[in-house]
Formats: sequence, structure tokens, C-alpha cells
Amino acid sequence: MADRVLMKGNEAIAEAAIQAGCRHYFGYPITPQTEIAAYMAKRMPKIGGVFLQAESEIAAINMVYGAAAAGVRAMTSSSSPGISLKAEGISYLAGSDLPALIVNVQRGGPGLGGIQPSQADYFQATRGGGHGDYHILVLAPSGVQEMASLTSRGFDIADKYSMPAMILADGTIGQMMEPVALEIGAQTQYEKPWALTGTGMKREHNVVTSLCLQPEQLERQNFARYEKYARIEQNEALWEEYLIEDAEICVAAYGIAARVARNAVDEARAKGIRAGLLRPITLWPFPKQAFAEAAKTAKAFVCAELSMGQMIEDVSLSIRCSRPVALVRRSGGMIPSPGQVLGEIEKAAGGEAL
Amino acid sequence: MIVAKRPHALLNVPTHYCPGCTHGIIHRLVAEAIDRLGIEGKCIGISPVGCAVLAYDYFACDMIEAAHGRAPAVATGLKRASPDSIVFTYQGDGDLASIGMAEIVHAAARNENITVIFVNNAIYGMTGGQMAPTTLPGQVTQTSPYGRDPKLCGYPVRVCEMLAQLEGPEYLARVAVNSVKNVRAAGKAVEKAFRNQVEGRGFSLVEILSSCPTNWGMTPQDALKWVDSNMIPYYPLGVCKDRGGKEAKA
Repeated sequence: MADRVLMKGNEAIAEAAIQAGCRHYFGYPITPQTEIAAYMAKRMPKIGGVFLQAESEIAAINMVYGAAAAGVRAMTSSSSPGISLKAEGISYLAGSDLPALIVNVQRGGPGLGGIQPSQADYFQATRGGGHGDYHILVLAPSGVQEMASLTSRGFDIADKYSMPAMILADGTIGQMMEPVALEIGAQTQYEKPWALTGTGMKREHNVVTSLCLQPEQLERQNFARYEKYARIEQNEALWEEYLIEDAEICVAAYGIAARVARNAVDEARAKGIRAGLLRPITLWPFPKQAFAEAAKTAKAFVCAELSMGQMIEDVSLSIRCSRPVALVRRSGGMIPSPGQVLGEIEKAAGGEAL
Repeated sequence: MIVAKRPHALLNVPTHYCPGCTHGIIHRLVAEAIDRLGIEGKCIGISPVGCAVLAYDYFACDMIEAAHGRAPAVATGLKRASPDSIVFTYQGDGDLASIGMAEIVHAAARNENITVIFVNNAIYGMTGGQMAPTTLPGQVTQTSPYGRDPKLCGYPVRVCEMLAQLEGPEYLARVAVNSVKNVRAAGKAVEKAFRNQVEGRGFSLVEILSSCPTNWGMTPQDALKWVDSNMIPYYPLGVCKDRGGKEAKA
């Protein structure tokens, strides 16, 4: 077991990225994720890496696009309004099949919103965020340890599948401190024959582009990409089960909401209600199978989110609307209490109309 | 005796440019500079959104296509990730001086060691001839059908002069490709802009006044004359800034 150190979630992301081999960070300040940039600004010059404060989030994601095309592990981080600005660049990364890591430490929206924690960018992240037919890998840490481990995993699967990955965190996990073990371990090296390294006058030129003016060809590219997505849905979904085997009431929650929900599940169990928690760790691919499995014992689901209800749609789709799904929702930077989640669990257990 | 041949850095493929368009000349000047400096093997070019979007099919070096206006940011990422590469952007006036104004200004301010080929033809060509940030007062386009009225649309942007206010950039020059003499001078400026990068001198931009017979509604010959009579008076040719490799002032 590696030594554990006390770190902020945002700092854990930054240090884990460095340990995963990232030496190119491009960012722009925005609360509540600025610690990532500050950490990178301090560390990168000491280890021969690049920290660059871009003129905008748009420039930052396009610098990532350039660095990723050169074949290096590149990343940027931001928070909700900044991620909207990066959406165009993320679409280009996806359309050019380039790996990169994007961190979204979510805050309340829409618009400029607030600076308190939120999960209201779920739709944006899991549906791609920008224009066009595409997905990105979406990882949702629920604690500081996962901020580190999923950052490492994010770089790995981004390289493995040659596509962008996103850490979808929230202001609470970004700002809170917990002990974390940062031993990331050896990284798999992926071949990048498409990288723009210069022809050296030894090979045909490499071209990185998302432009394709022939509709038949563009359609073929999109179909091929969706075949890759199908393999990812098959192989890369991650989730955590807590007291789920015999659960009559299955609570669905991710990130900070899952920690609240876990307390509520414990309280429900103490009251004799067979409740369990199913926590998606990847939001795309969504662990559909795990929910379908849970529906075999669960008579009802409760979805707890820091949004007006976004993941609930994926929960309902995963179980093909075969069970009622209640919603515990807080918005604008507010966090549900365990009591609020417990209330819904009790209602569902009591068979009240949902 | 070989009088002229295709530069090695240009692929032997047909281009999509309209008849009489001077993009072809500019591509050739860029490729000749790459050939002369012997840098094709480590060159990475960035094509814009606009008429030159498909330039990645024409240059023999590694190429990447950037989102509209973002080429200088993409170039920054590439150059920082791969400092030994020779990175150039090839951008039009809508791309560089309108939607991409922030990216070009900040790349220049940072003195990124990149080369920028800025093609100014005073119009959006690819979309069929709309008003550009460099469209001249009174110039008729699809979106200024009564002529550009500065009272409504403001004044055209002189990019070189604007960037020259910054401490950052190493070299800023404006040239034209509407006569043999001007083409020769343009070739020299383009080569210098690449050599500066090879020598680590920093941000070098060449603005090239280019003609667009199709969207100006002129014959190619008249379009070249129009560059002389209308564009050059507003966009004077010459070196706007050359730090000569000296350190920028702190």
C-alpha cells in the first residue's frame, strides 16, 4: 500500500495526471477548479512539462487538440460555463479520433450560475456536449482517491480507444480534502502512428482532420466510430454496488450524491428496509447491465442527483421503465441531505404512488 | 533545362481553388520556402476553416485542420508538445481577423515560435462572398450589398499594424501576389518567416494580399489590378515590425 497523503480533490487530479505521464496542461482560471491550474503551474516547470494559461477556454481546448495531435498526453480542466466553451473543441477531438483528458468540476447553472457544486452537466457530458454524432468517455469520481485513480484511468482509456475522456466531478469533491494514495503504477504505452511528428521524409504525410465532404464516407466514419462505442459499452462500464444483492429499493447516485445516498441506505437498513446503492463510476458508458440486473430484485428505484433530474433518464432506460423511479433532486449548488433521500426510500418501500 | 517545377513540399494533386485565385501562388511560395530551408520532414501545417480548409491535402508535410479561427492555439499546442517541429498556420481573413482574433493576438503576444501565413482577400470566399473584417469601405459583398458602410460596420482591420503594437512578435510583414515583382518579394518574406522559426526567433506573420475574382465579380486580371488600386492603398506593403532576433523588452 502506497503512503497516503492529505490532498484536495483538484490537486489529486493534477498530481495523478502528472504521474500518468501528462506533461502538457492548458487551462484558464474558473472556480471551483482553479487549484488544478495552480498545481500544474507550480509542478510542470520543475519536471520539464508545459503549463500554459490560455487566453480562453476555447484556446485551451484547441491547444490540447494540437498537443494531442502531436501524440502526447494532454489535458485541460474547467468548470461548467468553461466546458460549454470547450464543447466545439471536444467535438473536433472526437471527430479527429484524438485522445485527451478534460476535467469538469461542475458548478450550478445554467448561464453563469453559481460556484457551488452541481451535477447539472450530466446531459452535456454523456451526450457528447458539442455538435455531431459522438460520445466521450465520462468518469465520475465520488472521492479524492477516485479523483486520482480515474484521472489515470481516463488517460489510459482515452489512449486505448483514441478518443477524449472527461472527469465529471463537482465542486465538493474538487474542494474537499481526503487521504489519497498516489501510486499510479506503470502506464501502458499505446502506439500512435497517426501522430504529427513530421514525416522525416520517410513516410506519407499524416493528416488530422474531422472534415469529410463526402456524405457516404462521413457516414461510414460515424458508423465505424459507433462500432467502437459499442465495444466500449461492452467492456468499459464501471460501477460500485453497495448492499444491492437483496435490495428492494435500489438507489442510483454518482459522485458526491452517492456519498449522501450511502448514508441514507444505511439508515434505511437500520429501519429494516432492504435498500441498496448502485453507483455508476462511468457515466458513459452507462452501466446499463448493472441496473437491469438490479431490477430483478428491486421493486423501485430512487435516483438522487444535484440536478433537476438528468441521470434518471438513463436509469429508466436501463431498466426499460419496468420499475418506478423516484427522483431526489437539488439544484443550483444545493446538496440533498441523507434524510431527503431516506424519505424517498421510505415512500418507495411503503409502495406509495411514485 | 528545367525552368519551373513543382516544389517537393506540394503534392502532385489538383486543388479545388477557383480559376484566377491567388491561393495557388501562395501555396507555391510556402512550399518553395519549405524546400529551400529543407524542413519538409519536420514541418506541421495547420489549415483553417475557409477557402484553404483542404490545404492539408496539398502540402506534403504532416497537416492538421483546425476549428474556425483556432489555428494559432492549435499551433501553440503542437509547438509546445514538439518544439523541434516547424509549425505554420495558413489562415484567411475571416478565420484570423474575425472569429480567431483572440487566438492570433495572444499567440503574437506570447511570441510563440510559429509561422503564420495570413491570406487577406477582403472577403469570405468559401461561403460565397460575405463581408470580412478586412472588406474595404464601400466594397460590395453579399452581406454589404450597398457597399460596406463604416458607420454601420466599422472599419477594416489592419492586422500587421495592430499586432505591431505588441512587444511579443518578431516579424510582421505585408506583401501582395498581384505582380511578378510583388510575388518575388512575397516569397522572400515567407521564407524569412519560416527561417525565423528555424532560428528560434519567434512569432512571424506574413499578411499576403490576395485576389478573389469569383466573389469580387471580376476577371482574374481586373482582380489583380483591383489589389493595386484599392487594397494596397489601404493595406500598405512592407515590413511592419522586425525585431531582428533581439530579445523583446521586458
